[in-house]
Parts: sequence; C-alpha cells; structure tokens
Amino acid sequence: MVKEIERAGLPVVHMCTVVPISMTVGANRIVPTVAIPHPLGNPAIGRGEEKELRRGLVRRALSALATDVRGQSDFEEE
Amino acid sequence: MSEKVRAVHYLNQFFGQIGGEDKAGIAPFDSPGHVGPGMAFAAAFGDEAEIAGTVICGDTYFGENVERATDEVIALIEKYRPDLLIAGPAFNAGRYGIACGAVCAAAAERFGIPVVTGMYPENPGVDMYRKDAYIVETGGSAAGMRKAVPLMARLALRLVRGEPTDPAADGYLSRGIRRNYFAGKRGSERAVEMLVRKLSGEGFATEYPMPQFDRVEPGPPVADISKATIALVTSGGIVPKGNPDRIESSSASKFGKYDLEGVEDLTDQTHQTAHGGYDPIYANEDPDRVLPVDVMRDLEREGAIGKLHRYFYATVGNGTSVANSRKYAADIAEELVGAGVDGVILTST
Repeated sequence: MVKEIERAGLPVVHMCTVVPISMTVGANRIVPTVAIPHPLGNPAIGRGEEKELRRGLVRRALSALATDVRGQSDFEEE
Repeated sequence: MSEKVRAVHYLNQFFGQIGGEDKAGIAPFDSPGHVGPGMAFAAAFGDEAEIAGTVICGDTYFGENVERATDEVIALIEKYRPDLLIAGPAFNAGRYGIACGAVCAAAAERFGIPVVTGMYPENPGVDMYRKDAYIVETGGSAAGMRKAVPLMARLALRLVRGEPTDPAADGYLSRGIRRNYFAGKRGSERAVEMLVRKLSGEGFATEYPMPQFDRVEPGPPVADISKATIALVTSGGIVPKGNPDRIESSSASKFGKYDLEGVEDLTDQTHQTAHGGYDPIYANEDPDRVLPVDVMRDLEREGAIGKLHRYFYATVGNGTSVANSRKYAADIAEELVGAGVDGVILTST
C-alpha cells in the first residue's frame, strides 16, 4: 500500500512494528513502533503517558515526511 | 543399521495447539515428539526420520523480537541434536512466515543442517528468506496442509540424503542459485530456437528469468509540515463502531473511507478494529493506538501541522492479496491527490 501511494507522488511514512516487512514491501520512510497489536500505544502505562508516547512517534513520522531521503530509511529514535 | 534422522519441527502458537491471537505473545518453549501437523510429517517420514522435538513460539512474540526470539528458539532446537529442521508450513501468515524463515536461516547457519519450510508465494517471509531456506510453495490457507506436508517431507528427505533437488520438480520456490551444466546445444542455437518459438506464438521458457525489482522512489519531502494537510491511512482495520462496510477480518475485499469531521478522539464507543490477525483487545479499548487521531488533532490545534485530512482510509491487511492491496491503495492515492493532501501517515499492525 505504501508503494502505491508513493507511486502517485505523495510522500508516505510507514509506522509499523515489524520493520523487515516494511523494508520488503518497499516503504521508503519507516518509523518503528511499539508492538503489533498496539503500534501507537502501550496499555501497560497510564493513559497520559501513553498519549505522550504516541505524540512522540507521530512527531517523528512528521519529521520523516519533511526529510529528503534516498532509498529506504529507518527513522529510529535518536 | 543406521539410526533414524532426527528432525525438529517449529510451529507457532496456533498450530502448536496453544491458542489463537490471545496467545500470540507466548515465549518459545519445546516439547518432545510431534505436535499438531507434526503427526502428518512423522507419518510421511515413515521409518527414515522422526520428529524428536517441537519448538513452539507465539507469532507476535517472534515478530516483535526477531533477533532475540531466533536465539531462544535455536537454543531449544539445539537440545534435540537435529539432523533436519522443518518449520511450519506458514501458508500466507506474515508473522509466522517470517518466524519460519528466520528460524530456518539461523538453524542452517548454526547447525549446517537442511531446513525446509512452506509458504504461499505472497508471504513476506518468502522474499526475505528464499535464499536461506528451502520454501515449498503452499496454498494461501491451512486448507493446503494436506498437499504441503508430503512435498515438504519428500524434499526434506532428499536433502538429508544429499540428493540433487530442483525447484520445479520438488515444488519449492527458487532460491536463485545457478548451477553449471553442459547443454546439448550451444547458446546461439538455443537462443534462435527460443526466438522462433516466440515469433510463432509458441510457449518458451527463458533460461535466465530477470529478477523483478519494483521499487518506488521516495516522494519529495513535505516542504512545510505546519501548512500541510496530512492524511491517515491504516491496514490495521480501524473502522467506525459496528464496521458499517463489513470489511472482512481477513482477505479484505474492500477498503473504507470514513469522515473525521468533528472527531477529536477515537474511543471504544466510536471506533473499533475489524482486523482478525492480531489480538484486538488493545485497539478496541483505544483505537488511537492504531490510528492516532487524538494527537493529530492536538498537533493541528497547536499549528504543528496545517490540518488533518477530513477522511481516513482503512482496510484489513491480513492475508489480503498483494494485487488487492495495490488496487485499494491506488484508489486511495488518487482520492488523496485529488483532495490536495500533502503527505500520508500509514499505520500497520
């Protein structure tokens, strides 16, 4: 899906937990996430802290969208 | 009198008879003898080989910790001093395919033994591990078990005996290995014959299939995120409560387009997941865990993004064919471009 959207000329960032799959399907901007059933959350922590975690991941995705990349890039935590 | 070949069988929590998605987080453990589909393998091996032990690991556990899980599984496999490793078959299950591939690759490297698994050609594990493991081509679902087991067992025994194998004859997906041989006719003759067959509309088989590279260049970066319209798309199956379009929990036949006008936060009252390939408890409790509408609204208010696109798009990426996924995404992309969207966040489970 990422590839088809990008083929249409739109930059797309793939947020997913299993990065090797994302690489295989051809995503170019990849942000690794928390876990398969809850990529953008963590039920083990409080709701407030969880939202902060999600916010951090989304901000990283947005900065990936604003970054010029060549080939496949994994935007892991710095 | 030679002893029986000792095989170890790798299974996920489902085929290992532990449970469904609610047990997919289970760490690896082993059990002597065969479990589940191992019985059919034991029967197919006859007197030549036996399943000494079975190692079982949850698909989510494996997918989330590929390296650690591989090491743990390998340590359990080692206990049985294997001559052969059988994994799966995984059919079209993505996480399971990756686990089978990773375990096979590691076992081949660590123990130098033949490794055989089985997958549907679209399983992501195929592209990742076809060079490292013998992957027998199977159907897309467990209904293909009866056909897969004899092929996998036969190939495994041939490999153990050191017999030559061939992808077409033995039913496995090409590993991309070229073997030298002396042909009866020289290359120019074969090429002309092939050309004549092609021109006369007859079938011909190339001697060197071209690898298929389908890479898309990265889209240009968004110039100014604070003015950009960002759309959310997911393969994680987030839909309005009640799943109005009845998107299927696996092999989805459609995608949905849903209005976010006035929606500030996804809750268990408003949205849910339709996805049948992961434990839905967390996504149903708070769908923002898959589709982050709440923080996108905050960022929109704060001016960090221009705006969140009015609609989100969702399908279920669970055994959904590559051809269908392509079609859905092409349709979605066309709408997004038409609506003036500048960038897309696509989330997957």
